[in-house]
Amino acid sequence: MAQPYLSLEFIDKSFERNGIRTEVLKQVSLGVEKGEYISIIGHSGCGKSTLLNIIAGLTQASEGVVFLEGKPVDQPGPDRAVVFQNHSLLPWLTVYENVDLAVSKVFRGIKSKAERHDWVMHNLDLVQMGHARDKRPSEISGGMKQRVGIARALSMEPKILLLDEPFGALDALTRAHLQDAVMEIHARLGNTMIMITHDVDEAVLLSDRIVMMTNGPSARIGEVLEVPIARPRNRIELASDRTYLKCREAVLKFLYERHRFVEAAE
Amino acid sequence: MSVTQLNIKEDKKPAAKKASVVAFVPPASSAPYRAKFMKAVRRAALQILPPVIMLAVILLVWQLLCSSPTSSLPSPGRVLHESWELIAHPFHVGQGVDQGMFWHILASLQRVAIGYAIAVVVGVALGALVGQSVWAMRGLDPIFQVLRTVPPLAWLPLSLAAFRDGSPSAIFVIFITAIWPIIINTAVGIRNIPQDYQNVAKVLRLNGFEYFGKIMLPAAAPYIFTGLRIGIGLSWLAIVAAEMLIGGVGIGFFIWDAWNSSLISDIIVALIYVGVVGFFLDRLIAFVGRLVTRGTANA
Repeated sequence: MAQPYLSLEFIDKSFERNGIRTEVLKQVSLGVEKGEYISIIGHSGCGKSTLLNIIAGLTQASEGVVFLEGKPVDQPGPDRAVVFQNHSLLPWLTVYENVDLAVSKVFRGIKSKAERHDWVMHNLDLVQMGHARDKRPSEISGGMKQRVGIARALSMEPKILLLDEPFGALDALTRAHLQDAVMEIHARLGNTMIMITHDVDEAVLLSDRIVMMTNGPSARIGEVLEVPIARPRNRIELASDRTYLKCREAVLKFLYERHRFVEAAE
Repeated sequence: MSVTQLNIKEDKKPAAKKASVVAFVPPASSAPYRAKFMKAVRRAALQILPPVIMLAVILLVWQLLCSSPTSSLPSPGRVLHESWELIAHPFHVGQGVDQGMFWHILASLQRVAIGYAIAVVVGVALGALVGQSVWAMRGLDPIFQVLRTVPPLAWLPLSLAAFRDGSPSAIFVIFITAIWPIIINTAVGIRNIPQDYQNVAKVLRLNGFEYFGKIMLPAAAPYIFTGLRIGIGLSWLAIVAAEMLIGGVGIGFFIWDAWNSSLISDIIVALIYVGVVGFFLDRLIAFVGRLVTRGTANA
């Protein structure tokens, strides 16, 4: 059988500090198909952010390899764009310049100056932020910052979009708006997306598959849940949908019955 | 019981709010321009008046203290009288060191500008190196920490021996004085660049030059400008002392020359010039810093 689009093979990660080895991830293997939306869920400290950083290439795995389109991943790159938890926009650049920094770097010599400008505006319009192009990050709200962060990541035309708790720092209403925006973008562009989250509803609403991590240290993939709900999905209709509720229950049971977060272990 | 009390409070609150709103609106809308103008005048008066009053008080006390004919220092009135030539003709051009105040200040500013400019370039570069590389920090930081405590004037004989000329020696003293705060602040700023920005740079695969120009300098700019501001202040402090020793045209030697000629009033005029110019130099760097770091401070 052919290798999947993105393939994680036997990923181990351990840190060593003062001679004490801490195993964070143990034997994590996962295949992701093109266009899939995957959520990784687990209690805090289970190494899900470490896993995302390994896929991004920002952290090196101790053992095991990540393959993207059959090629091993060994350094960060724009083909695996990251939407960071706290947006990570550069505060001295305007909204436009933040996206342009990425576009100019990735498409230098490929697109003309006019094409690059159009591409920046296209991506800002995609997240409905074209109107704020000349504002600085300090002048816009948290939700808007995260929209720009998503636009910057999308503008790199990544093979895989990695989202590290993208809505974690937002209030519930803004979060719902952004989730809808991401769903729409996923439907329109068909990106492959991997999202870290600790929100059960968010995971079920957005994902094709939910990867549930056991508690660390030595976290593994405990279970992978398929979410067989047709797209486009509507959060209001789903609120009483049986499949949705069943999926939700399955994730909740995994997180709170079988792998309860043990405070004492910290 | 507690419930009834809560109800009473809530009944009272809206009434109080309403009353205050009604009272507040009319005066604001009736004469907006005049009110605005008066407000601006009042704000300006509040800013300018206190220093003017304090200055008058200080001059008065000084006049009283030094008014006796046996006083060793001149009173403000005597300074005005004795140094009127100097105050009235700042652009006077004469022979040798007999120049107007403007030319002395200009000569000093030129030396500061050259020495400071070199210090900025070298300081930011060295600071970036020390901030970026752990090995450079371990190797260089102890040396910097020792060298920065050497007083500026202690470098002067050494630089005179090396350059065999006054002006380059003074410039070197400015350079060596201004560079330490620039290096140290730049290094701290670069060490404090958030991991997030570094990750953005890594994902975009920015090369060394792009990272330096697009992430490092702007991210560290608030720190760098703190160093630059301290640096310009120290340079201006050092130039006066250095020029006293090297001679020629310059505000430092002017003061020394005035002392040798017992022109105490001239010294006082020169001190006022030095203070005002130093103040404007500091404000200039602060202003440039505000322009450059717009938006960075409140990330």
